[in-house]
Amino acid sequence: MAVSVLSLQRISKTFQRGTANENPVLRDLSLEVNNGDFITIIGGNGSGKSTLLNSIAGNVLVDSGRIKINEDDVTKIKEERRAGRVGRVFQDPLMGTAPRMTVGENLAIALRRGQKRTFKLGTNTKEQAHFKSLLEPLNLGLENRLNTEMGLLSGGQRQSITLLMATMKRPELLLLDEHTAALDPKTAETVLRLTQQLVEKDHLSTLMITHNMQDALTYGNRMIMMNRGKIVVDVSGEEKSRLTVPDVMSLFQKATAGDQLSNEMLFS
Amino acid sequence: MDLIVTATSQGLLWGTMALGIFITYRILNLPDMTAEGSFPLGAAVTTQLIINGMDPFLATAVSFVSGMLAGAITGILITKGKVPGLLAGILTMTGLYSINLRIMNRANLSLLGESRVTDIFRSFELPSQFDSIFLGLIIVTVVILLLALFFKTELGQAVIATGDNEKMARAMGITTNRTKILGLMLSNGIIAMSGGLVAQDNGYADISMGIGVIVIGLAAVIIGEVVFGNLSFVNRLICVILGAIIYRLIILLVILLGLNPNDLKLISAILLAICLALPSLRNALQLNFFTRKERMD
Repeated sequence: MAVSVLSLQRISKTFQRGTANENPVLRDLSLEVNNGDFITIIGGNGSGKSTLLNSIAGNVLVDSGRIKINEDDVTKIKEERRAGRVGRVFQDPLMGTAPRMTVGENLAIALRRGQKRTFKLGTNTKEQAHFKSLLEPLNLGLENRLNTEMGLLSGGQRQSITLLMATMKRPELLLLDEHTAALDPKTAETVLRLTQQLVEKDHLSTLMITHNMQDALTYGNRMIMMNRGKIVVDVSGEEKSRLTVPDVMSLFQKATAGDQLSNEMLFS
Repeated sequence: MDLIVTATSQGLLWGTMALGIFITYRILNLPDMTAEGSFPLGAAVTTQLIINGMDPFLATAVSFVSGMLAGAITGILITKGKVPGLLAGILTMTGLYSINLRIMNRANLSLLGESRVTDIFRSFELPSQFDSIFLGLIIVTVVILLLALFFKTELGQAVIATGDNEKMARAMGITTNRTKILGLMLSNGIIAMSGGLVAQDNGYADISMGIGVIVIGLAAVIIGEVVFGNLSFVNRLICVILGAIIYRLIILLVILLGLNPNDLKLISAILLAICLALPSLRNALQLNFFTRKERMD
């Protein structure tokens, strides 16, 4: 039995609890993530995918259940105290970087993810040289733009840097919330390939939400499908690699049978 | 010439205050009204301490600490109490009015015959106002250097990141509640110290000297940006000071033109409104220009 890097034990979350708009987003959801798993997550709008990642990262605290990262119970620990363990990339390329700070300053912040900030110098030339060597393989010409303000870069460039920032200090978990959805198809592919490289290089345990079923099949060793706050399909290894997009579609039909919301599914 | 000397001497002291405003308005991205209370707080503390025999330099240092406390209160209201930033500042500022009155025991406290920080220049027999200019230059240089240094540290970078992208800052493990409080303390410390210096320059502390401080500080920040454009961090700080001097110059010119000094606040407000609206006015004009050009094509 492989070691669980993440263990979700019957977690539930309801938004606006006790009001007419009460909205249960996660219902008794359990999940064990093995060390080195690269899991793709699919599911319709409102199925709870993003809330799932937010619960793991800690910017949403669950109502009940337990969350353990590498055996440590983090259920009640705040987002900024979990940050040392969790690397994140958001859907909005503007979300993961500070626009008025330079590329180098952003990376220096990321190098200290989860560390206590002191009166030590925020960065130094040795670090900057290291950043340069990390940026070079991206082939985006960013290695010479360490002193450029982040806000001047394109969405794809910013998202690539955000990926670096999330992984340069090895996270125990990498959470990707549709991180290519806001990019044009070509840039999205580049960023996905970079994701794959980084994940493989450091054997990162990764959860990636995507709206693209082909991507969900192409990437990762395991795929889960969510519907109405629960995991309805969980396939991995060989079983996953044999799946095709039509297979997934029919799996989805089956899982959501009788579910009125199913026709609102927005798969591309 | 006299005009420029006066504008420079006042601009340097008030510019120090504007540096405090810059920290909240530009770096933390949080317009902080506390300034209108912490500025007279610094003046009240310094004046009362000097009258009671404290060394003026030490008294000025204490005013810095008093401002930091005021900033901490606003910071705690915002982060722990979840009070909206603007309102939190107004609450602290309103409360400080009573505290300032308590400290001064009256609405106006004179420093006539007392020692002041500018006394160290007395032996040089400088022409009038030049003592304030030298003092201002020293203070401004020291404050800018220390700020530049601080914002290069891990902690300073964390404060900048908090104002620039709070979500990212938290995801990077920055305790944004703490960095916000820290920024507000630093800002109001500087503002209060500037209040203490202005009180010594004027020769008195007055309960109403905080009114309009925000507008004056913002005017300095915005004028600096409009005139000198987008620059590196240290240069932006220097531009705030230059902006404060330009602002003083404009105000003095307006008075020279024979306008009623009672209208000064109105003029300040209009001036700032124009500066704030300038970027969008410029955009609107350009947009107009482009659409017309397209129509011609």
